[in-house]
Amino acid sequence: MTRGRAVLAVRVAVLAGCVLLLEILCRIGVINPLTVIPPSDMVASMIEHVGSGDLDDNMIQTFSTIATAFVLAVALGTASGALLHRSSRLRDVVDPLLASYYSVPTFIFYPLLVALFALGKTPLVVLGVLSATPAVMMSTLAGLDGVPRVLLKLARAQRLGPGRTFCWIVLPAALPRLFTGFKLALSYALIGVIAGEFLLSATGLGYAISFAYQSFDNRAMYGLMLFVLLVAVVANGCLYSWEGRLARRRAGR
Amino acid sequence: MSDTPHVVMRGVVRRYEGPPPVHALGPIDLDLARGEFFSVVGPSGCGKSTLLDVLCGLASPTSGTVSFEGKELHGEVPDGIGVVFQEDASLAWLTVRQNIAFGLRMSILPQREIDERVDHAIAFMGLAQFADHYPAQLSGGMRQRVCIARTLVLRPRLILLDEPFGALDQQTRLLMGDELLRLWRETGATVLLITHALDEAAVLSDRVGVISARPGRFIDLVETGWPRERDSRIVSDPNFGALTSRLWLSLREESMKTLGRVA
Repeated sequence: MTRGRAVLAVRVAVLAGCVLLLEILCRIGVINPLTVIPPSDMVASMIEHVGSGDLDDNMIQTFSTIATAFVLAVALGTASGALLHRSSRLRDVVDPLLASYYSVPTFIFYPLLVALFALGKTPLVVLGVLSATPAVMMSTLAGLDGVPRVLLKLARAQRLGPGRTFCWIVLPAALPRLFTGFKLALSYALIGVIAGEFLLSATGLGYAISFAYQSFDNRAMYGLMLFVLLVAVVANGCLYSWEGRLARRRAGR
Repeated sequence: MSDTPHVVMRGVVRRYEGPPPVHALGPIDLDLARGEFFSVVGPSGCGKSTLLDVLCGLASPTSGTVSFEGKELHGEVPDGIGVVFQEDASLAWLTVRQNIAFGLRMSILPQREIDERVDHAIAFMGLAQFADHYPAQLSGGMRQRVCIARTLVLRPRLILLDEPFGALDQQTRLLMGDELLRLWRETGATVLLITHALDEAAVLSDRVGVISARPGRFIDLVETGWPRERDSRIVSDPNFGALTSRLWLSLREESMKTLGRVA
């Protein structure tokens, strides 16, 4: 067995062990079922709720909002990161603000966003974009900073124009760091949108979880939580796998 | 070699505005004959790499002129000049074959011609077994060979090399030097090699230019007198020691200046 496979096997075993332990503790009554339901019930509830079709509108609403926020954050973050990279004076001004941005709870802007854009999808998209964009900006800056100067000299020596230099040299050289930003952006967009729905919206999966929580419907709440968790893990897993494939290709593995 | 110089530098000075302002180079006057192998040695920070940048058009001289094949350079690398840098400039996301073909991406040559050139360069640089490898799978010397091959496929008439073997061990450097001589003989290109290794310059070159401490100026031009058919075994020639000694004596005082010592 290769080292990678062994690590994966241990990881799966630890997770499975934790789930099994939780299942046993719930079943023998050590954990109150009013607090946490057994994982097998969570899975059953998830299948039941997701399969019933009752949540289809909420799912479409949430995932389309996350996807829109993610795409906008990637586009905005990459463009503004590239702009900052080109302008050292602007960067001097913005760098400290960017560094302290993470301490700002973006949800506090939701009332303002509702006032600006009214209730609906737009404030949630903006919330997701506000949460995710700085990560993309910072990774874009790191990626562009990390392009070796010798490669830019090579581009000039090979008489490449700005467009070809960007597409053939800068972008591929910066891609590993850009990917880090994309992964973070997906996580932050998901957190921003679900939390926004949970706290302040009347639609979406976040709202459905909040509604189940306030109705003391633990079974529905945990089923939906598990579903959101699985979607987040699968989406991030896809990006990780894509990133890993690129990294392995560069390393020739 | 033809009588008309292939490359002409006249009164070339390069200053950096700073702060603080730095007078990096010059004035430099230099003629390179077509097909000549010329090396430049000098103490650290004397402006050797600046000389190369100015010579190929990556940097413009503050004053003076640089001409290649009779045409003055104006801050752009003209067709016919190939540059190999000191640092690893292989592209990590491309295979060896793709790296070597990179220089021909913009070419209007038919694909068959491109493939032939790439195959020839791969074979010439001894990379046939590694054509589908990525740079991360290669040693530093092999990556540098990839960079040389990438320059080679462009069939440059002037090849500029900035300490291409700087990161290699002594034995590998000698062998790479032999490959460079083979390349020079086969292509008939003019070669300018920047190096800090006096023995390397003495083995490889028709002429060696010794540059002073900053601002870099030529303080000695040494004709080696080697035959065109030569390789690293020339180190056993009695003249090799005399040549290396002369280079070192020219350079010693300048090197001490860079260390802040009086000769």
